[in-house]
Amino acid sequence: MAAALPAPRWLPAAAALLWACCGLAATDGIQDQAEQFFRSGHTNNWAVLVCTSRFWFNYRHVANTLSVYRSVKRLGIPDSHIVLMLADDMACNPRNPKPATVFSHKNMELNVYGDDVEVDYRSYEVTVENFLRVLTGRIPPSTPRSKRLLSDDRSNILIYMTGHGGNGFLKFQDSEEITNVELADAFEQMWQKRRYNELLFIIDTCQGASMYERFYSPNIMALASSQVGEDSLSHQPDLGIGVHLMDRYTFYVLEFLEEIHPASQTNMNDLFQVCPRSLCVSTPGHRTDLFHRDPQNVLITDFFGSVRKVEITTQTVALDPNLVGLETRVPSDEMATEPLKYAEQLPVAQIIHQKPKQKDWHPPGGFILGLWALIIMVFFKTYGIKHMKYIF
Amino acid sequence: MAGAVAAVLGLLLLLGSPGASTGPPRDSLREELLLSPLPSGDLAATFQFRARWDSELHREGVSHYRLFPKALGQLISKYLVRELHLSLTQGFWRTRTWGQPYLQAPAGAELWVWFQDSVTDVDKAWKELSNILSGIFCASLNFIDSTNTVTPTASFKPLGLANVTDHHLLRYAVLPREVVCTENLTPWKKLLPCGSKAGLAVLLKAERLFHSSYHSQAVHIRPICRDASCLSVSWELRQTLTVVFDTFSIGQGKRDWSLFKMFSRTITEACPLASESKIYVDISSKTQENELLEVTPLPLSVHEASVQGDRRTYAVYDLLSPSLFNVSRSLNVQLKWKRPQDSLDLSTPVLHAQRYVSGYGLQTGEISTLIYNTHPYRAFPVILLETVPWYLRLYVHTLVITTKGKENKPSYIHYQPAQDRRRPHLLEMLIQLPANSVTKITIQFERALLKWTEYTPDPNHGFYVSPSVLSALVPSVIAMKAEDAEQSPLFTSLFPSSDGSSYFVRLYTEPLLVNLPTPDFSMPYNVICLTCTVVAVCYGSFYNLLTRTFHVEEPSRGGLAKRLANIIRKVRGVPPL
Repeated sequence: MAAALPAPRWLPAAAALLWACCGLAATDGIQDQAEQFFRSGHTNNWAVLVCTSRFWFNYRHVANTLSVYRSVKRLGIPDSHIVLMLADDMACNPRNPKPATVFSHKNMELNVYGDDVEVDYRSYEVTVENFLRVLTGRIPPSTPRSKRLLSDDRSNILIYMTGHGGNGFLKFQDSEEITNVELADAFEQMWQKRRYNELLFIIDTCQGASMYERFYSPNIMALASSQVGEDSLSHQPDLGIGVHLMDRYTFYVLEFLEEIHPASQTNMNDLFQVCPRSLCVSTPGHRTDLFHRDPQNVLITDFFGSVRKVEITTQTVALDPNLVGLETRVPSDEMATEPLKYAEQLPVAQIIHQKPKQKDWHPPGGFILGLWALIIMVFFKTYGIKHMKYIF
Repeated sequence: MAGAVAAVLGLLLLLGSPGASTGPPRDSLREELLLSPLPSGDLAATFQFRARWDSELHREGVSHYRLFPKALGQLISKYLVRELHLSLTQGFWRTRTWGQPYLQAPAGAELWVWFQDSVTDVDKAWKELSNILSGIFCASLNFIDSTNTVTPTASFKPLGLANVTDHHLLRYAVLPREVVCTENLTPWKKLLPCGSKAGLAVLLKAERLFHSSYHSQAVHIRPICRDASCLSVSWELRQTLTVVFDTFSIGQGKRDWSLFKMFSRTITEACPLASESKIYVDISSKTQENELLEVTPLPLSVHEASVQGDRRTYAVYDLLSPSLFNVSRSLNVQLKWKRPQDSLDLSTPVLHAQRYVSGYGLQTGEISTLIYNTHPYRAFPVILLETVPWYLRLYVHTLVITTKGKENKPSYIHYQPAQDRRRPHLLEMLIQLPANSVTKITIQFERALLKWTEYTPDPNHGFYVSPSVLSALVPSVIAMKAEDAEQSPLFTSLFPSSDGSSYFVRLYTEPLLVNLPTPDFSMPYNVICLTCTVVAVCYGSFYNLLTRTFHVEEPSRGGLAKRLANIIRKVRGVPPL
């Protein structure tokens, strides 16, 4: 289309000015995004997910924990950074009509157990002592790595607990309980040892808000499924399995988390709105006064996802394709000269004529020594000291 | 910087080249699946993955792991392990209806380890090893401590090469309460070189494997001969998984089965890292005159082997042969029974055993073990190993062994009594079983009271007694020739065979569940409430009596309400207040 009208002389200048403004706005946007990326200041993410209830009728607590585990894994936290504690085994329970599955929706829609699950603390290992040891890091030296919380001062930790609770306590496995004071002290120990950067504590029990009342360490944000005096209710039973499958609060949190992907910008205020009273029957609560950032600026993926800082370099390293494995070889003259053989599995003759193992000699214990001392003392008291030369 | 790195690499290559002339140690992987229909109509599938590594782990500094998993290799070199056997089992192998197992494992978790003789503190190494294994396999093996560990003196001889068998280097422990689920299968699968992505391991899906009558997965590490001359040692890692499917639930009433029906998957390729990948199907019933079964697709070859004293025929599918996947891209082995079998091959196994607890009440009881020898004319010895926890106090003077009504004196007894909270009972006996007989071994026990904190959170479930172990050299009907371990299928080379006239078998009995007297755990709360109430009432009254003084008080005239009330009472004619 031929330009019939001559372009006004101010048009290129105006276009240039407009383009400059747009460019500035765009760079502002990019800078904003870059700033947000570095805003939270954490470099790694950990998650500690605890289910504290035992017995088949507490299926829903295990389903709660496993659905959070599933979301957290999907958003990027690897198994090595998740400490999963399940107080009972529901998937391979003899009462489970579909073994190796734990469902969260009725009609068995979603199997939260999956095929790739690693439970770190199972069954009788889930105790208050082990939980506090994991949090504070005071673990016996031979504990394997997968059972440790190896967080540092740049870690964001998500702690999720579910089970049966009351005003100020949470019941562990029907035999012991942890109080809100103990939990607050554990978090303070973590803060003193710089074991976290920021901590998100979510609890889904009856009267859950009582558990975060006593926190006094900085950088903790807490969510609970019900206020003091209220019960958290379960969602729906499945008639095929025969128990309630999930708790309401965690059910709606799971629905919320299913919408989140690793790059989403949803913030904590949306998480606070999850499960209003009409759906949950109880009133979820939250506590942000100890947190230094505004919840508006805290991304969900700060706690539920995993930060991977990637450095791109332009240098190249040339690998030699002919490089062979560098290992020391055993000189061949050290090999055995006569053939080795397998052991006989049931050497009857050898067993029958086996000599009993010589017991190691132990010095006599205190009781035996005391008894002999008493006997000797009585003897010498009755008969006098002149018999000593006949003894020694 | 790249230049410096290249220079360093070049320098290392120059330095390393004189020593690296023979190349890295060779390792090989063989995978195998054995499908055998059981006499009762069920189907047993045994997976075996064997990684063999020609390397002296203890003498060399190893830094490159290829097929042998690094987690286990480092474990062997750090704790100076000579042999390691770990099994996790759900269910119980019913020997009487299913026949003799190739490799049975007890219900729960079982771990037995032979250490090298250069280990200074075996107990410390054992404790650390069980902790590390609990992290690798996501099992509660950290509960293995001195209260459930024993040192057998005659059973559990090493299965690999051994020149010295000093039993104080052996430790054995069983955790009967251990649950086996997907979280134990996941790390087991991750040890395989191909993972669960290629080869036979694609069939291992948890939802089908745990919906079975018996599921057992095991890891066996032992040193073996590198070649026929047996002058040097190779390390062998065998991962076995045995599943028994109930054909009536998967076949909808018919006894036909197929890979897809059992595992809901079919095989598309062999593991590229495997040197051998085969499927064996037991078609021994086919050799009779009337063809009873039909296997599709048609096997390319048939293998005959004498296994456990019986001559059996196997149809072989070699996944590495190119002609197998010519017709279709996926392999789905199917077996159809031509005629309904009314009289099944119910040959009872030569050796089977049973154990139960009898008695009444919560104070005493009796453990009885029945061992059956159904061989018509041969007698053979069996070693029985029983581990009983310390809180069931065995009375060894009540130990009675009877066969056919007469007393049977064992040729060897080793008994180690328990120490409270420190060591369990260990009873090992070598008993001769006469031909065609039932031997009954009974021993009485008394239940102890545990401390309040020693009870589990669910004490009314009961407490488990570990299964007892029977090791026997069963005489075989036919003579078995010793085959070369490398050429024969993996399921024939589990136990090193010494001669062809008998085969070694290790059986486990059922675990027992006993109830201990359980206290009422709400009693501390009750006692505190009652005591505090009584003290408050008594002390409070006493304090009042001692410190309260009484003085007379002038009656007050009364307020407005009293005067109004008196007026109304006067009107009614009632005496005033």
